[in-house]
Amino acid sequence: MAHGPQPGLTRWLYTTNHKDIGSMYLWFSFAMFLLGGCMALIIRAELFQPGLQIVQPEFFNQMTTLHGLIMVFGAVMPAFVGLANWMIPLMVGAPDMALPRMNNWSFWILPFAFSMLLSTLFMSGGAPNFGWTFYAPLSTEYAPPSVTFFIFSIHIMGASSIMGAINIIATILNMRAPGMTLMKMPLFVWTWLITAYLLIAVMPVLAGVVTMMLMDIHFGTSFFSAAGGGDPVLFQHVFWFFGHPEVYIMILPAFGIVSMIIPTFARKPLFGYSSMVYATASIAFLSFIVWAHHMFTVGMPVAGELFFMYATMLIAVPTGVKVFNWVTTMFRGSMTFETPMLFSIAFVILFTIGGFSGLMLAIAPADFQYHDTYFVVAHFHYVLVPGAIFSITAAVYYWLPKWCGNMYNEAMGKLHFWLAFIGLNLTFFPMHFVGLAGMPRRIPDYALQFADFNQIASIGAFLFGAAQLVFLFNVIRTVRGGKKATDKVWESAHGLEWSIASPAPYHTFSIPPKVS
Amino acid sequence: MATQSSYYVPEQSRLPIFASIGLFLTVFGAANWINDGDAYIFFFGALMLAAVLWSWFAIVIKENMEGRNSNQLKRSYVWGMGWFIFSEVMFFAAFFGALYYIRTFSLPWLGGVGDRASSNMLWPGFEHSWPLMITPDAAAHGDAAKVVGPKALIDPWHLPLINTLLLLASSVTVHIAHVFMKKGQRNGFNLWLTATVILGTAFLVLQVEEYMEAYQHLGLTLESGIYGTTFFMLTGFHGAHVTLGTIMLLVMLLRSIIGKHFTPNDHFGFEAASWYWHFVDVVWVGLFIFVYVLGG
Repeated sequence: MAHGPQPGLTRWLYTTNHKDIGSMYLWFSFAMFLLGGCMALIIRAELFQPGLQIVQPEFFNQMTTLHGLIMVFGAVMPAFVGLANWMIPLMVGAPDMALPRMNNWSFWILPFAFSMLLSTLFMSGGAPNFGWTFYAPLSTEYAPPSVTFFIFSIHIMGASSIMGAINIIATILNMRAPGMTLMKMPLFVWTWLITAYLLIAVMPVLAGVVTMMLMDIHFGTSFFSAAGGGDPVLFQHVFWFFGHPEVYIMILPAFGIVSMIIPTFARKPLFGYSSMVYATASIAFLSFIVWAHHMFTVGMPVAGELFFMYATMLIAVPTGVKVFNWVTTMFRGSMTFETPMLFSIAFVILFTIGGFSGLMLAIAPADFQYHDTYFVVAHFHYVLVPGAIFSITAAVYYWLPKWCGNMYNEAMGKLHFWLAFIGLNLTFFPMHFVGLAGMPRRIPDYALQFADFNQIASIGAFLFGAAQLVFLFNVIRTVRGGKKATDKVWESAHGLEWSIASPAPYHTFSIPPKVS
Repeated sequence: MATQSSYYVPEQSRLPIFASIGLFLTVFGAANWINDGDAYIFFFGALMLAAVLWSWFAIVIKENMEGRNSNQLKRSYVWGMGWFIFSEVMFFAAFFGALYYIRTFSLPWLGGVGDRASSNMLWPGFEHSWPLMITPDAAAHGDAAKVVGPKALIDPWHLPLINTLLLLASSVTVHIAHVFMKKGQRNGFNLWLTATVILGTAFLVLQVEEYMEAYQHLGLTLESGIYGTTFFMLTGFHGAHVTLGTIMLLVMLLRSIIGKHFTPNDHFGFEAASWYWHFVDVVWVGLFIFVYVLGG
């Protein structure tokens, strides 16, 4: 166990090392991010002007579907798992993940799952075209034959996520160094503990709903068919029972990351550590009782509308606690604005915008106006892009020097930030306006009056895409060489991960450190 | 929390990548098969996956017998199994939830109850009831209907009651086996574990008989509307889990008889299988109440 990595390809195929597996997750997710991003650019190119220019409506639908699926399951989730793999053992003082071989299995399922999903593009009838939420009966009675492959790829992605989550929980609960009590754990570890719990709770429900689809399509069952006494709305209930906690799966680790980075660059301890922990747990609990706010217009009883409206608005309370804690941490701090901090501050501001538009959508009577418009698209992109994606980016800049031992180029990092910041606001802010004015989502063509805002959004999207190439270039350059990083990397960084050498040795904490 | 100084981190392993390939071929082959392709890929993949998992478990057992597994590592396996069972609970929750939603909300609405009465216009003459013997399709289209309800249902106080007693008894026998193991009495352990496997197998045989009865005489099939759908999906997935659980217990039995595995203080492989067994037992109690008794 004392030796370093094996040479050649088998290092990656056969590895049991949490750092190798973390790196593979991160590279895989970045590849998926670029791929899903290219699909988004096809969408934005088509929407640059009204009318049909570039793609057929059928293909446009396949692009919106795959863009969503790839970004959710291929980019954001694996990136967070990759960060968890790299950082949780370092943060809790563990020699590796609790179950190292299963860890590698969790990763290697993903390339196969996404190959299968992408292969549907080349099948007769085309790829899934029913949106990433795959509502029945669009995804059952009216689906292309490739839907079966979609269903099974979801199944094995779910298996990967569940195994990954079990590993993370076992690591956190069982592998902490002596003295690392629960309430001493870094917030990234806390948020991942709760995220892993959510994953184990809802990924099986996703497996259940795609299984119901499979049975309805091929084996004559009536889950979503009223002719046999079933109900298409049942699909939406089961899907969103998975789907809403899934939203928090994609944001809780982001909260953790930002709660690590802001104290470092504000040079103050995190304000309200324990309230952060309790707020995270509250959000996780609430995530199970708000799912039907995605379906206000489907025809629920008024009591249901009211319950889900109020429960949803409650989420603003723990989320507000977090935002105020971040702001208070920065208040009167000795702040500096290195790239990770820029992304984190942008996270706090822009995620809050996304949170407020979410509050607007939570109001059931108002949602009847906003439902299925670009306002919804603007809302969830504001929580996912400057939320999940910015936090992942911040985390990469923050910990990259620890991973590879070299400092990234700060000027290029700042360039990346400003391009991405301007690009994303250009892309998604106008979507609020066109949405409120009534432009529906998921259409390849639109009325003339929406043209100006759509052009701005398309330009912004290409700018945001270009910014990611700067990121890729900067990361590759840093991995290959550059100014050596110190062990502590950042002046005011705290935590076990900064007590080891940069780059992090292949095996760390073989003997657990003592935490005082 | 860690008190000892080393946690066994295994060397490089080929298992995960081959397990991934096996899993991929299994599901890709299944999708191909269902879409009217050949079944070869599926069977090849399933065989490969089974072989990899077989050697995976063999290696884990070997490592434990060599004394590489610290108490801390053993706790990782305990956590792993516990959370795996929780994920299974949530899988069943999705199907129980679907049953609840259909019975309590959507079927009455479909039958015209409440402020959604207009949906009844789509299926004139449909009246909701549970169990649903006449589907909306059958009510509206008579003989031309494609989805018709079952003619009769399974009597809960016959085979299902026997099955309930069998499974409850098996939970007791597996517990007694556990007690014998903790006392270090291998013969008693083997005996009671054998009894458990026999009870599990008997359950499965009766379940097959019940399914044959349903298909051949009662017109109760997967295709007989939402009653058949929920009935077969819930009991079917439960049956699949009982099958898996029986195999797990059988493997533990053979390990004990042939390999003389397990000691009074170290038998988590068996404990994990018995936890799983208690879990499928609890699911059955839920099924017996909500599907058979209250559903019939």
